[in-house]
Order: sequence, then structure tokens, then C-alpha cells
Amino acid sequence: MSAIAAAPRLTRRRLIWDRPEIVGPLLIAPAILYIVVLVGLPFLLALYYSVSAYNIFNPSYTFVGLRNFQDVLESEIFRRTLVNTLVFTIGAQVIGLLLGKIGAMLLMQEFPGRRIARALVVLPWAVPVSLATLAWLWMFDSLYSVINWTLAAAGLIDPANRPQWLGRQDLAMIAVTVVHAWRLFPFGVVIFLAGFTSVPKDVLDAATVDGAGFWRRNYQIILPMILPIVLIALIFGTVFTFTDLSVVYLLTKGGPINSTQVLGSLAFQVGILSGDVAHGAAICLFLFPFLLVAVIVLLRVLRRREN
Amino acid sequence: MPRFASKLAGEGSFYTAVVVLVLFAAFPFYWMLITTFKTDGDLYNLKSVPYWFNTAPTLEHIKYLFEDTLFVQWLSNSALIGLCVVAITLVVALPAGYSLARMPGRTAESLGIGIFLTYLVPPTLLFLPLSRVVSILGLQDSLWSLVVVYPTFTIPFCTWLLMGFFKSVPREIEEAAIVDGCTVVGAFVKTILPLSLPAILTVVIFAFTLTMQEFVYALTFISASDEKPVTLGVATDLIRGDIFYWGELMGAALIASVPVAIAYNLFLDRFISGITGGAVK
Repeated sequence: MSAIAAAPRLTRRRLIWDRPEIVGPLLIAPAILYIVVLVGLPFLLALYYSVSAYNIFNPSYTFVGLRNFQDVLESEIFRRTLVNTLVFTIGAQVIGLLLGKIGAMLLMQEFPGRRIARALVVLPWAVPVSLATLAWLWMFDSLYSVINWTLAAAGLIDPANRPQWLGRQDLAMIAVTVVHAWRLFPFGVVIFLAGFTSVPKDVLDAATVDGAGFWRRNYQIILPMILPIVLIALIFGTVFTFTDLSVVYLLTKGGPINSTQVLGSLAFQVGILSGDVAHGAAICLFLFPFLLVAVIVLLRVLRRREN
Repeated sequence: MPRFASKLAGEGSFYTAVVVLVLFAAFPFYWMLITTFKTDGDLYNLKSVPYWFNTAPTLEHIKYLFEDTLFVQWLSNSALIGLCVVAITLVVALPAGYSLARMPGRTAESLGIGIFLTYLVPPTLLFLPLSRVVSILGLQDSLWSLVVVYPTFTIPFCTWLLMGFFKSVPREIEEAAIVDGCTVVGAFVKTILPLSLPAILTVVIFAFTLTMQEFVYALTFISASDEKPVTLGVATDLIRGDIFYWGELMGAALIASVPVAIAYNLFLDRFISGITGGAVK
């Protein structure tokens, strides 16, 4: 009797676990739920903050329309911040890709110690950004900077008048860009290495036989073949630099006089330190159109490759 | 003979270029290392050559770090956060990756790309609303806030990695198990999971290193010293009143960096093929 009663129940249970069209969505549901609750909803909340008068002293959700965006755009500091962010991002990408390409061409050759060289070159990108930045903070120290010591020993600067790397507006810009590029170029090296090794050797040999020189091989054969990978690297690199605030926060706190302020650090200062969440959210949202472009480009690259 | 000379010159400039590149990349780490073991008298002396030890090396900074600061606490906080995030990531990303790999049609592909794209959503965009969410959950100033939030970037990346891996496992393997009477889930657990150990190991390493590298959320959510992960604690709490703290600071940065750097180097190729979506074969 009990065996007969148990049978249908078992079948029903089996039925659910056996039907891929039910099990499939069931297995993926937790991932989607996690992303919706902790990425999707917070994003909507950010949108809402940006059109409200919300701050930590007066947590009201009064609707103020686009006034926050208007305030932000009118602020001199914000405009400077926007320009800084672009300069850092573009500067770091250009240096990073260039060094990445050169590095990959070097590391592609067989030579003794190649593995160790690669491991060392990858370090800046592998190590946690905040810890790596601390080393630079010490290297840029106002008094005991090893960079200044070296420059002075080489007779390039006057020891009595050492450059204050993080204290002068122009030098601080250079310092932040260099640290970003330093963090980024190993990623470029690795991506180009992966790209180069994916180019079939017989294609290159055939081109050489047909009389293609170094530059032609590089720019008419290799580059077009590895372009999708380079684009993906460029997108990730750009997004990581454009949205980063740790390098600036640790090196200069956006100073001197906001000369190295970036969108992330300004939003942190306004939204968290000053508690003006509404304006902070508005500043953050200026990242969004840029991210959207990055995502669209990435999607096109991924789709084209799949076809 | 001239050919030999030009070959030698070519090799010379090749090695010079490699050395310059390696120096640029690794010098800051050499600088961390040597600073850690220098005496204060040696560190803060403008006259001596800073590149090597002018007085005998010392363990004074390391000793101070372990005995008089919260460094050990921060390390164990980071380890705890990392372990919990890895566990959450595995539980969520394994079934999701498998489901995406086996789902027929274009929806699965779009869904997969959609999940991967959330990896591009930066902490800078979400830290303000998430700090509100964290305080609603009553987790402000607690390391558990990071355990809840970090999977938002580990899950997308690891689901993508696992999806790529599961696609490479032939369907016939689990179909055979299903014919033998397993359920779909049972077949996954009994036949696919044991085959996936290398992929699972990669995911464990990456989820862990990604959490070790995060800084912005930690900075935003946690101000209590004893709840901080090591990346945050070292950067914000080791700076004492006087300026002569560089020995401890560099020692701490070095110790916390070494395991992450090793793990990264070992699993680099997998990470790259994950990011480029298997473009490189």
C-alpha cells in the first residue's frame, strides 16, 4: 500500500529534477537574484539619490529633479575632476599599451630567465592596488624619495631643491599617471603575449617569404589578427583606470588643490566624507554613459568573434 | 667578425631592454623588501646610498608589526572574508555556469554575457547606495558587510569562467549517468563536478585574490580598526603620529602581497583566457 502511494510522489519529484527546462532556470536563479539585489537595486537607488535631496544629516527623499546634476556641472572642481579623469585614463592606457606591446615582444623571445622576468613583470598588476600604491607613496616621499636621491646623484636635480612629487600640481598629475600606467602595463604585456602566440607561425613565415618586413608583418598581419583581444584588454584597462579611486586616494587625496581629483575620489569626498549623498550619487552617475559605451563595444567584439 | 659584433650588440640591447622593463615593474617591490629590513637610522639618512643596507638588517619592524599592531587581526580578517566569499561564489556560480553551458539557444548566451558584463560595474558606481544597504542590514563597521558585497564581482567572473569550462565537457558524460537513472542534478554532482576540480581550483584562487585586491568597498563600509581587511588596515591604520613608520608599512604591504602575487602568477593563463572569453586557444 505504502509502496503504491510513494510511487507517484517519487515520480513527481523525479519529474521536476529531470526536466531541464525547469532545472536550468532553477540552477541559475541564485546568481541572477544576487546580481539583481546587490547590483541592480543599488543602481536604481543611486539613480534615486541623484534626483533627491538626500544627505546623512537629513535623510529625506525630497524630489529635486535634475538640480544635483546642474549643481555638479556648474562646479569648477567637478569640471577639473572630469578633465583629470580623462587625462589619467588616456595617459595610462597609451603608456600601458605601448609598454605592454614592447614588453610582450621582448618576453616572446626565448632567453634564460624568461619565466622569472615574466613573473616579475606581472607583479604590479597582481599585487593588491592599495599595497602597491603604498610603495610608490614612499618612493615619492617629500624628503627620503629614492627617485629624488637617484636624480640628485645623477646630477639631474639640485639636492637642495628636491621636486615635491605629490605636492606640486603638475608633478602630482605625472605621479598619478605613472602609477596607473605601472599598474596597467603588465596586463597589456600578458594580453599581447597571448595574442602573439595565437598567430600561426606559418602565416608569418609565408608573409616573410613574400617579402613583408618587420613593420608590415606587425601592422598588417599580426595587429589585425589580435585586435579583438587587444580591444577587450583596452576596455577592461580603461574601465579599471577610469573608475579607480584607490591610487588617487592613497597618493594625493585628490590634492594639491584638486589637481589630481578624479570622479571616484570626488564622489567619495562628497558622498561619504561630507555626507552629501545626493550630490555624490550625481557625480558617480557621470561614470555611467562612459561605462555604457565600454559595454557596447565589448558586446560587439564578443559577438563578432562568436560568428 | 662584424656580423658577430652586431649580433652581440643586438643581444646587448635586447637584454638591456628586458632589464629596464623588469626594473620598472619590480623596483617598488625591491624597495618594499629592503625598507622592511633596514634600521630607522639607515632609512632616514640622506647621505648614504639607499639601494642597499648601510647598517646590518633588522627584524625590528616585523616584530613591531606582529606584536604591537593589529596586523595579525587584519590578516585573519582577510582570510575569513576570502573563505566566506569563495564559499558563496562556488555555491552560486557552479550551478549557474553549468546551467548556462547546457541551456540551448541564444537566451543562454545573452544571459551569460549579461552576467559577465556586471563584472564591469565598478565599486565606484555603487559604493554610495551599497553603504546604505549595508547599514539597513545592520552590517556597517563589520567585515560581514564585505562578505555580502564581494560576491557581486566574484560571481559574474567565476560564472563566466565555469561556463566556458563546462562547455568543453562533452554532454555524453552526464547523459550516460542520466540513462543509468540519475537526475539531471545528480548527474552533474556525480559525473561533472569530479571532472571540474581544476576549474573549481581556479575559481577558488580567483575569487580569493579578487577579494584581496578590493579596496573601495572596504574603505567605505568599515572604519573600526579591528574589522578591517589587511589591504585597508595597512593603508589607513599603520601611519602613526610621527613620520618614521615606513619600515612597518612596507613590511606589512610585502607580507600581504606575496601570497596574492604567487597565486596570480600560477593561474595567470587561465585568468587571461577567462577575460578574453577563450579567444586564445
